[in-house]
Amino acid sequence: MSRQSIFYALGALALTAGAFNFAKHTSLADSKGAGLAKGQRNAAESARYGLGRSASAADFAKHEYLVGPKGTGLPKGHGTAVQGRAIYLQSCAVCHGGRGEGTNDYPALVGGQGSLKSDNPLPTVGSYWPYATTVWDYVNRAMPYQNPGTLKPDEVYGLTAYLLAINGIVSPDFELNERTLPAVKMPNRDGFVPDPRPDVK
Amino acid sequence: MLQHSALMSKSNFELQSIDRRKFIALGAAGLGAIALRPVAARELGDPRRAYGERSPFETAMRSFGASVTPGTGSSRTPLQDLCGTITPSSLHFERHHSGVAKIDPNAHELLVDGLVDRPLVFAMKDLRRFPSVSRVHFIECAGNSGREHNGRPGENVQRSHGLLSNSEWTGVPLKTVLEEAGIKQKARWVVVEGADASRMSRSIPLQKALDDVLVAYGQNGEPLRPEQGYPVRLIVPGWEGNINIKWIGRIMVTDEPFMTREEAAIYTDLMPDGKARWFSFVMEAKSVITRPSGEQILDGPGFYEISGLAWSGRGRITRIEVSTNGGETWADARLDGPVLPKAATRFSLLWKWNGGEAALQSRSTDETGYVQPTREQLISVRGLHAGPDGFNHYNGIKTWFVHKDGKVTHV
Repeated sequence: MSRQSIFYALGALALTAGAFNFAKHTSLADSKGAGLAKGQRNAAESARYGLGRSASAADFAKHEYLVGPKGTGLPKGHGTAVQGRAIYLQSCAVCHGGRGEGTNDYPALVGGQGSLKSDNPLPTVGSYWPYATTVWDYVNRAMPYQNPGTLKPDEVYGLTAYLLAINGIVSPDFELNERTLPAVKMPNRDGFVPDPRPDVK
Repeated sequence: MLQHSALMSKSNFELQSIDRRKFIALGAAGLGAIALRPVAARELGDPRRAYGERSPFETAMRSFGASVTPGTGSSRTPLQDLCGTITPSSLHFERHHSGVAKIDPNAHELLVDGLVDRPLVFAMKDLRRFPSVSRVHFIECAGNSGREHNGRPGENVQRSHGLLSNSEWTGVPLKTVLEEAGIKQKARWVVVEGADASRMSRSIPLQKALDDVLVAYGQNGEPLRPEQGYPVRLIVPGWEGNINIKWIGRIMVTDEPFMTREEAAIYTDLMPDGKARWFSFVMEAKSVITRPSGEQILDGPGFYEISGLAWSGRGRITRIEVSTNGGETWADARLDGPVLPKAATRFSLLWKWNGGEAALQSRSTDETGYVQPTREQLISVRGLHAGPDGFNHYNGIKTWFVHKDGKVTHV
């Protein structure tokens, strides 16, 4: 539905309903646009100014998967570390090293478990990140650095499985999918505390 | 100036013929008084221009290191070269994760969805029709001056504190936008996503979202600069820079934080016990002397104005004290008004330098009564355990050391 047809549809709805509420919105009542606003308010009570258009499935489809810790937003798909390793070597190793050890500016993705209390902590996906969903979400939205947005869901499941496997969190043949991923317990899941600041007396 | 000097050294009778008639005419008006004036024509200035540039004599620049991925990383504001409180938009610090997004404002849309009554898509022209506000706020990277924490202080204030800038932002309150879509009862957070290549995203508590967060399209009287999120970004007053998402394309209302990489790993604070603080949003009261500061040279004993910036993510700055002896004694500095909440405040103190060594420090207090701590105080609580991206939220007192020869260095 075009913007214009929405305009007419809402206008007609408002007229037939005959439920203008001028008193409530006097600040908007004297401009031409306010007529549209009132019409849209009647169509959807939550709208206050009648701005924007209703989002459609096509609008949602334009956006990246937004994945929460319970797996909200994960697409269907699956992959194993074995499959992920091949993609890793092709697309990731150039920066993160042949086995996730990191190079120069690029962070290590493996190791560091048990190091966080030491004088030389090594916070990595394996030792630090509290949720496996974060790995999927970040790889999917931001990696590979030069070509973000090009990985397919199965490839992201595979890569995530590979990163978890080299950190000893899942076995190399473990199938990661939209159900098993949120259930993975990361080693540092309980390693975070709320902000206690102000903390200096 | 050189031209004038050359003419002044000549006798009036040696002037070029082109000036002779003028000279004679003026001479008739009063030879004695006029005789010493240089008479070369003054050079006309440049023509008008449709878009202004600074003087060619001014050279202040953002600074950044070399990188194999130039689109990432940060650039720093030359605080030592600035006056007042507003950072020129062209010198506002940068921090990008996948380059400066190029976005056509006529094609850009903002999706508001999740736990809302009616998911909506806003074009830029829609956002500009909402009632707007303009507010001055600082943005400070969580990692600003993190190297001070680590004992590797910046040699100048741009290096040490240049991930701080302060602008007037114009936009619509996020509350207005969210209420347009209708917030459902279960809503507790909003997840905000950038339209940059890496789709940078963060979760913000709904309480803050409904408090003072802006969906901003203006900066210092003009549209946002591309580096600052053109055409539309989030301003989250007083909170760490990273959460002020640029180039926003989506706001999803949720019942929980989504544990994005930037909040569940990177912008966290690792403590000595191996636990890490997360969702440590607020930038606590801080200040730094920008003049005199590192790598500057005092031009002999006498009066100087010690000047700097102070800011607090919890509200207004209420007091700035300055010490010239490394914190042994303190004097109240003058605050340049208006002192705005969650905005940079300029302070100054007149100082007569006697030519001896001096250790300059500033200490800010905000309206909650919080006093900017020393590095030692911070380390006693937070230790020296670097997290995934070093140290965040460091706000210790900074010292500049004035040597007898006038050179100023970091300590």
